[in-house]
Amino acid sequence: MSEDLTRLSAAELSTLMADGEVSAREVTEAHLARIHDVDDDVHAFVLVNDTDAILEARRVDEARYRGEELGPLAGVPIAVKDLLTTRGMRTTCGSRILEDWVPVYDATVVAKVRDAGMPILGKTNMDEFAMGSSTEHSAFGPTHNPWDLDRIPGGSGGGSSAAVAAFEAPLALGTDTGGSIRQPAAVTGTVGAKPTYGAVSRYGLVAMASSLDQVGPCSRTVLDAAMLHEVIGGHDPHDATSLPEPVAPAVAYARQGMAGDLRGVRIGIVGELRGDGFQQGVLERYAEALGVLEDLGAEMQVVSCPSFAYTLAAYYLIMPSEASSNLARFDAMRYGLRLSPQGGPVTAEAVMGATREAAFGPEVKRRVILGTYALSAGYRDAYYGSAQKVRTLVQEDLAHAWEAVDVLVSPTCPTTAFRIGEKVDNPMAMYLSDTATIPANLAGIPGISVPAGLAEDGLPVGVQVLAPARADAWIYRVGAALEAVLTERWGGGLLDRAPMLGTPTGGAR
Amino acid sequence: MSEMSGPTARAGHAMSFEAAMERFDPVFGIEVHVELNTATKMFCGCATAFGAPPNTQVCPVCLGLPGAMPTANVEAVESAIRLGLALNCSIAASSRFARKNYFYPDLAKDYQISQYDEPINYDGHLTFELDDGTSVRVEIERAHMEEDAAKLTHVGGAAGRIHGAAYSLVDYNRAGVPLIEIVTKPVQGMGSRAPEVARAYVAALRDVVRALEISDARMDQGSIRADVNLSLRPRVDGEDAQRAVPLGKRTETKNVNSLRTIELAVRYECGRQAALLAAGRPVVQETRHFHEDTGRTTPGRSKEEAEDYRYFPEPDLLPVVPSRDWVEKLRATLPEPPAERRRRLQREWGFTDLEMRDAVRGGVLTLIEETVAAGAPPAGARKWWTGELMRAANDAGVDIAQLPVTPAHVAELEGLIAGGALTDKLARQALAGTLAGEGSPADVAQARGLAVVSDDGALVAAVDAALAANPDVARKIRGGKIAAAGAIVGAVMKATRGQADAARVRELILGRGGE
Repeated sequence: MSEDLTRLSAAELSTLMADGEVSAREVTEAHLARIHDVDDDVHAFVLVNDTDAILEARRVDEARYRGEELGPLAGVPIAVKDLLTTRGMRTTCGSRILEDWVPVYDATVVAKVRDAGMPILGKTNMDEFAMGSSTEHSAFGPTHNPWDLDRIPGGSGGGSSAAVAAFEAPLALGTDTGGSIRQPAAVTGTVGAKPTYGAVSRYGLVAMASSLDQVGPCSRTVLDAAMLHEVIGGHDPHDATSLPEPVAPAVAYARQGMAGDLRGVRIGIVGELRGDGFQQGVLERYAEALGVLEDLGAEMQVVSCPSFAYTLAAYYLIMPSEASSNLARFDAMRYGLRLSPQGGPVTAEAVMGATREAAFGPEVKRRVILGTYALSAGYRDAYYGSAQKVRTLVQEDLAHAWEAVDVLVSPTCPTTAFRIGEKVDNPMAMYLSDTATIPANLAGIPGISVPAGLAEDGLPVGVQVLAPARADAWIYRVGAALEAVLTERWGGGLLDRAPMLGTPTGGAR
Repeated sequence: MSEMSGPTARAGHAMSFEAAMERFDPVFGIEVHVELNTATKMFCGCATAFGAPPNTQVCPVCLGLPGAMPTANVEAVESAIRLGLALNCSIAASSRFARKNYFYPDLAKDYQISQYDEPINYDGHLTFELDDGTSVRVEIERAHMEEDAAKLTHVGGAAGRIHGAAYSLVDYNRAGVPLIEIVTKPVQGMGSRAPEVARAYVAALRDVVRALEISDARMDQGSIRADVNLSLRPRVDGEDAQRAVPLGKRTETKNVNSLRTIELAVRYECGRQAALLAAGRPVVQETRHFHEDTGRTTPGRSKEEAEDYRYFPEPDLLPVVPSRDWVEKLRATLPEPPAERRRRLQREWGFTDLEMRDAVRGGVLTLIEETVAAGAPPAGARKWWTGELMRAANDAGVDIAQLPVTPAHVAELEGLIAGGALTDKLARQALAGTLAGEGSPADVAQARGLAVVSDDGALVAAVDAALAANPDVARKIRGGKIAAAGAIVGAVMKATRGQADAARVRELILGRGGE
């Protein structure tokens, strides 16, 4: 077999391994080789887990040899966002304050991935504590977009999406608080899904904004994302906000969508998420996608969600408020970096201050200060309180929409990937990247970003599909239907058109 | 007068309590923290056993490790609801946890999970009696759930205080232990009885908690801790007029960890604040610490520069929504209210008010009850528990319930006396043996050879010997001077090493002497 294993989807790898065509060890080694070949350029990883990944792959091969029953993704390697705790494996959250922190426990999703026999290739780069839309706010340097190394891969989970886009991993785990899975997916030409709030455990996800955070899959195909969703989803007694019901039938719905029939499916076009502020090329690909969905038999109608005008403002009050509290624990007392104050008495308080001052980056400080202010006595009702009311309005607008439609669609991100450095000093411009993705977090609903083609600048565009809470299966069905038509139209995956990175033989067997 | 300045008066400036009460009206509120005795912590599965080696009952959740999340302990919620019901509170149909944010090394997450504007219990009251029988009702504002902080031990400073300490040790075993905080509404109209009321309220609350068996309720171990808020306002005539006078600036006194110190702290703060106000100086709103050794309070953190806790609903936990069924089921498990129980027991046992008060104050009501249940007469049970055994506990400096003597032992002892096997004096010796860990009173009596000499033959011989040795006395007895028999009784008791039944000896003397 001469095919480059790194170019295959997780589903294809799964089949090959099940049929004995290829071993898990070969698959993992191929991806590790690819990482060593291209990651100096991409910088998707902050830690590569070579030895353990190969050991795990060998365990899977031995288990398969013994005839043990294995899950569908056994032996398929995965990259893990560095916001998720990994027992015995450094977890930095992209921050200097945790540069040497080695967790004593696995996040529930990490434990599930391990139980599924998926070798962990390493930890992926991210904006510090998931605060950012470009991965430029990592304490360990930016990640580069495989489509154009001078451009950002989105954020905060730019490392996970770039790893998948650069064929360094077939799958990755991301986290999405305001779009950190979906926006990077859109700008790297990959797939990223944010499940319903509570559908996947948050235990071991280092919290930025607890009421918004959610773990989800990053992949190159909708089916792969669905397969990973089924591995990581389900109730967790360690997470009080985890939903009690069984995991959504994502794979079955994805397969149904791939069959290409959307007759009877009612699709709402979000009136507020098109036009002003959206790049021309993004709108063109979006219009094409709408045409595809209509051709597949879906009933299209425009739906209005007036509250979406306030979601960005509300998000930038709720998220920093919760973050200011969640990040308080990084106080140099129990773990992580500890720095002494310059002069003055060395009290606990002074050590806390000195460490946080030196070890938190500017975006983290900005949000901690913003959130501290928004929760302060005398301001709480006006800021945090009003933002919570907007959240209720968003939920009401969506509840109204679900009376008329089964899913909603919009562009995932208003623009294609911008240049590294272009918006780093303009937080407001950066925040606008999340306009279309934030409503799903405020409402707790599932959303997926699927590649929709290239804009006039030759860079990828994503289309987002949203569904009601607990109807996660629907995003996979509609996403897979769109993907199937477009892939056929393009004569292959969108990433086939991305620049070749690495040495010609790198990663190939 | 010393050269002192600043907002606080030194102790020398405190007005006497009586003088203070002539000019000012005290208003106080009490916050009591009750540590629950659940097997596991409030938000994780760690054990809560007191006294375990430091940092051995910890996990990612109570250590506040990144990514760890809390889950609420249903048993603790149940205890909270039962306490709320026992304090006549309304139980919220839906209540929420909130984060109280502040930086301190004893807080693993640098926020405490507590309850803020949606507590589980609200609007209750507790009625109790003062020593003279006066009934007082204190209104309860709320009784909410929260987690305890870690325990700090400051090393190298004076008297274990943080000031001047070289370093501090943190024991996270206590971090996350479930607490209920019971907050009163302002208690007013008590005048000079305020210190007594404050003390009696905490004692009554402790009794309720004990009766519910939701806490060890040991103030000496910190499982019940009280903070006292107190302010003074000018005294005016007429109850309504007095209530209309606005409240003064208050102080919050912490570290009040015995019933006695609650009373002392209130008295001291009344005198201290009165001295300031009388001198035209302001009372600073601040936290103060009570010192057992000096009986005084000193300033802690000033509330004016105190943190803003930036409360907001805890997003990691769901609202607590107890069903009516559940609440009613819990209501059915409530024990008899302590005050009612006391009245019933006094009636059943026929104790005088004074006897009852001694038993209540000594905290031996349940011990007496169990002793009576084991077959002892109430008077006998009371005598041992409020006498001999209370002295033994005080001498040993332990809680009376920790003594090696059980209600069953005391009942056995009473049985031995009633059956004539032991005299009172021998019984005390047997009890001393039990206290020394030598086994039950019957075992001790046997092992030490404590037995009433009831063999009349032996006694008659001893009586005869005594009469013979004291011919003058024998003559008097024969002459009808019965009182003279006492000397012979003493001699017989001495000869039998106290093991004779004195009454029987007397009978024998009178019988023999008269012959």
